[in-house]
Amino acid sequence: MALPPLDSSQWQSPWRAFAWGLRSITQTILTIVLFVTYLGIGALAHDTHFSLLWALCSTLFVWAGPAQIILITTLGSGATIIQSAIAVTVSAIRLFPMVVSVLPLMRTPKTKRRELIFAAHLTAVTLWVECHRFLPKVPRERRIAFVHGLGCGLVSVCLVANIVGYFLAANLTQTFGAAILLLTPLSFLFSTARNSREVADVVALVLGIVLYPLASKMNSGLDILVSGMVAGTIAYGVHWWREVRA
Amino acid sequence: MSFAQAIGDWHALAVLFVAGVVPNQIWRMLGLWFGGGIDEGSELLVWVRAVATAILAGVIAQIVVEPPGALATVPDVLRYGAVGAGLVVFLLTRRSIFAGVVTGEVFMLAGKWWLG
Repeated sequence: MALPPLDSSQWQSPWRAFAWGLRSITQTILTIVLFVTYLGIGALAHDTHFSLLWALCSTLFVWAGPAQIILITTLGSGATIIQSAIAVTVSAIRLFPMVVSVLPLMRTPKTKRRELIFAAHLTAVTLWVECHRFLPKVPRERRIAFVHGLGCGLVSVCLVANIVGYFLAANLTQTFGAAILLLTPLSFLFSTARNSREVADVVALVLGIVLYPLASKMNSGLDILVSGMVAGTIAYGVHWWREVRA
Repeated sequence: MSFAQAIGDWHALAVLFVAGVVPNQIWRMLGLWFGGGIDEGSELLVWVRAVATAILAGVIAQIVVEPPGALATVPDVLRYGAVGAGLVVFLLTRRSIFAGVVTGEVFMLAGKWWLG
């Protein structure tokens, strides 16, 4: 499936754009990765004695795989609400720069902030990666509708996966559970690497991985934030240095 | 499973919102609030994107270095080896996410089977 050309009449209706977004979930391997990851989250919720509704609400309202895994495992191991909340919020800091960098791709001078609330909610690593890939092929005034379609499609796939995982939980082995959890770092790493076009992106990715184990030695609870700010700023420095010299 | 079991208790749902939804969502809404005035081609956005990528890299490293749940039962060498093998194949296949992910998973599963 290829998206229609930018000047096609297909893009005249926002509903058509929504439908094209919805259909685009078939154009990425990350849909399968999400399905399996959320199968795992459904099973994890079952084994930790959370209800099915709880699992579905976490997918609908949190919509960030690592945060959901952290929430379930910390609460399940007897952490307090405050401890879980801190662990979740540290893992979620990445969403701030992601939203800041993805929203300008779909904004027009006339766009009001409230029109972007739902797109901001849908923003997570998969949508962030796919927006950079798909949006240049979507007319700017239809991008919000397209992203709503893409996001709703991905959320629906994950809700179904939660239900399947929840009922399969009793039959899943520990090895399968480990394989599902390994999917997140593998898919995050390769999808981000594929999206890295500029040197700054590559430097940020590599340094971010290398610096984390060093930062975690400080045991501050904000290790990811520290390594991310340092690695990201160095990467920006590399970009700046190349621009100035060019 | 009965209907009541599927719903669960309201206390657990309240905990979900306090410990999960709010601490997660606050960053998206801050991004929406701050991101409103930033221009697509601005230098600030280049820096923000680099930090986003580096924080994501940290999340990746954290899951591999300090594995959660069942992944903790996989020996260190297999977890690092799986990421390394996946990366090599990813680069050899001109950045195929699918090939990289499958290689990493197969490496881990084969290693686990080999070690018994």
